[in-house]
Amino acid sequence: MPVNAELEQLKQAWEQGLLKKTLVRNPESKPEFTTGSWLPIERVALPSLTTTAEYCEKLGFPGEYPFTRGVQPTMYRGRLWTMRQYAGFGTAEESNTRYKYLLKQGQTGLSIAFDLPTQIGYDSDDPHSTGEVGKVGVAIDTLHDMEILFDGIPLDKVSTSMTINAPAAILLAMYLAVAEKQGIPRAQLNGTIQNDILKEYVARGTYIFPPKPSLRLITNIFEYCTREVPKWNTISISGYHIREAGATAVQEIAFTLCDGIEYVKTALAAGMDVDQFADRLSFFFNAHNDLLEEIAKFRAARRIWAKIMKTKFQAKNPKSMMLRFHTQTAGSTLTAQQSDNNIVRVTLQTLAAVLGGTQSLHTNSRDEALGLPTEESVRVALRTQQIVAFESGVTNSVDPLAGSYIIEELTDRIETEAWQYIDRIEELGGMVNAIEQGYVQKEIQDAAYRYQQEIENQTRVIVGVNRFMVEEELPQDILRVDPHLQEVQITKLHQVKEQRDNLAVKTCLEAIRRAARQSETNLMPFLISAVRAYASLGEICGVLREEFGEYRESIVL
Amino acid sequence: MVKKIRILIAKPGLDGHDRGAKYIARALKDAGYEVIYTGIRQTPEAISRTAIQEDVDFVGLSLLSGAHRELFPRVVQLLRSANADDIVVFGGGVIPESDIPYLKENGLAAIFTPGTAISEIITFLENTSAKGQA
Repeated sequence: MPVNAELEQLKQAWEQGLLKKTLVRNPESKPEFTTGSWLPIERVALPSLTTTAEYCEKLGFPGEYPFTRGVQPTMYRGRLWTMRQYAGFGTAEESNTRYKYLLKQGQTGLSIAFDLPTQIGYDSDDPHSTGEVGKVGVAIDTLHDMEILFDGIPLDKVSTSMTINAPAAILLAMYLAVAEKQGIPRAQLNGTIQNDILKEYVARGTYIFPPKPSLRLITNIFEYCTREVPKWNTISISGYHIREAGATAVQEIAFTLCDGIEYVKTALAAGMDVDQFADRLSFFFNAHNDLLEEIAKFRAARRIWAKIMKTKFQAKNPKSMMLRFHTQTAGSTLTAQQSDNNIVRVTLQTLAAVLGGTQSLHTNSRDEALGLPTEESVRVALRTQQIVAFESGVTNSVDPLAGSYIIEELTDRIETEAWQYIDRIEELGGMVNAIEQGYVQKEIQDAAYRYQQEIENQTRVIVGVNRFMVEEELPQDILRVDPHLQEVQITKLHQVKEQRDNLAVKTCLEAIRRAARQSETNLMPFLISAVRAYASLGEICGVLREEFGEYRESIVL
Repeated sequence: MVKKIRILIAKPGLDGHDRGAKYIARALKDAGYEVIYTGIRQTPEAISRTAIQEDVDFVGLSLLSGAHRELFPRVVQLLRSANADDIVVFGGGVIPESDIPYLKENGLAAIFTPGTAISEIITFLENTSAKGQA
């Protein structure tokens, strides 16, 4: 709200005078204007910050509380964001080739996509895996696959992000084992595991175990990494998929921060000190189409998290209050129709992420509404980031849109509305309860339904889909995963099982079973021993499934 | 009274992307159909069992993981071998154009890709029903 009364009066005069006359002659194109997520947006915003004290409270300086203007004092003047394209398909060999290609093209971090059986803890020969092996990512059954995946890639020179959740502890164990074989000390490893189970229950679907044992595994990772792998980002608390499922911008950050609150509470309950682990928490957000709303969203998220950590959890270390985040452009905004238009959408979303102060970014490829991206379209996506980084000039000043009247107003509005959700979820007894009651899912689905209805009735224009359509042939040359891949992968798995010391594997699996039964025991050392002995992911998850049980979705329509 | 058309919307395989499936389920319900939604991560066996138990006229399969060539025809086969080939199976999701002929040869009555208007699906349901195929 503008607090400058004089300015407010001048605006009223303008509204009664020139504006009124204009509206009579040329009415606006619609009665109400909103952002992409239905936040009301002013025709003409006025300054909302008038005093120095207010500036310091709401914005502060970059690298300082409440971090609205960014987590680093120099932001991209010091170092650009990490350009990190999520990739992986087929076998470990094929993915390894793609990673080496991306690194050669100037990418600065790896981001591993696993196939669905790996993400859900099934081996490639499991009946549940039929048709899914190697499709949306690389298939990993044992340490052997992981060794091939990182062959020739020195793990002390890259930072690796792994999109793995329910079995995150096991894949991290494999990564540590590969580093060991490369002779690299754990303390030098840089990277992230997604490890965010709560959003799997509401939006992404690759859960295995119920909430309680899942949260235990997450806390085990926090504890273990604090001691052994201090530079590792132990979790990437993700709003990306919540947004993809149809949530609004406000819901995206509110539900994500509520997930964060739940993880912090769990770790505190396990006896950890907040400043021991909170600086390793990282976040992952979506960059959607509405440029102004998205920039404001990122700024609001930083400010809210800083307040939560400082006041709710009494963190002392400023690093514990910093919301560091990865961004991916919104896959759900890509269209199969006139797919080159997607390059433009991705460019706008890239700008939103960069003007919002992201630490790393994945840009989607133009052909992802059709299937897996080709090498050429992945290159265009990476080049989009490089053009914004090196040619657009937006990196030269920190938080360059700060002080834009509308950006500050939207930042405030998003913060206010997000707090309402955060308070509501606390009333429901926290995020686990809110999910089990279906509250979160219902909120997201209602927004998704409204969005799609607007596309159907053309009140929301999607270029090439409901307006400006053309007759076109859809491209036939898309990247295909070899249909024989499942057989190849199964043969590999069976060879490993023949060659390993099966007695050692059995001993390791039994040790995991016993450790699982003792809720005070950290499972990480047991998982590391098992993967070193080439126990498969499916075998380890099988034991844990027997001990922990499996989560069942509560269907809300 | 004319019997309402009953539709099972199902998610085969391991894919968790259910935004499309849930939208279609809700929009068809709003359009007056009886709709049952399975939830995610269903095996083809479970889907065909549910379809038969619920006595549906249509099964709509949604998949975005790329496993449609394996899993969609499998549902059709299972329905056929249970003598339930009067149930019409259609599909949707991220399905490359070049896979559509293969899926149709293998018993899928229609494939709806991203950007399809709900009215198009309703037209398909009504035309198929009128022809007595469901």
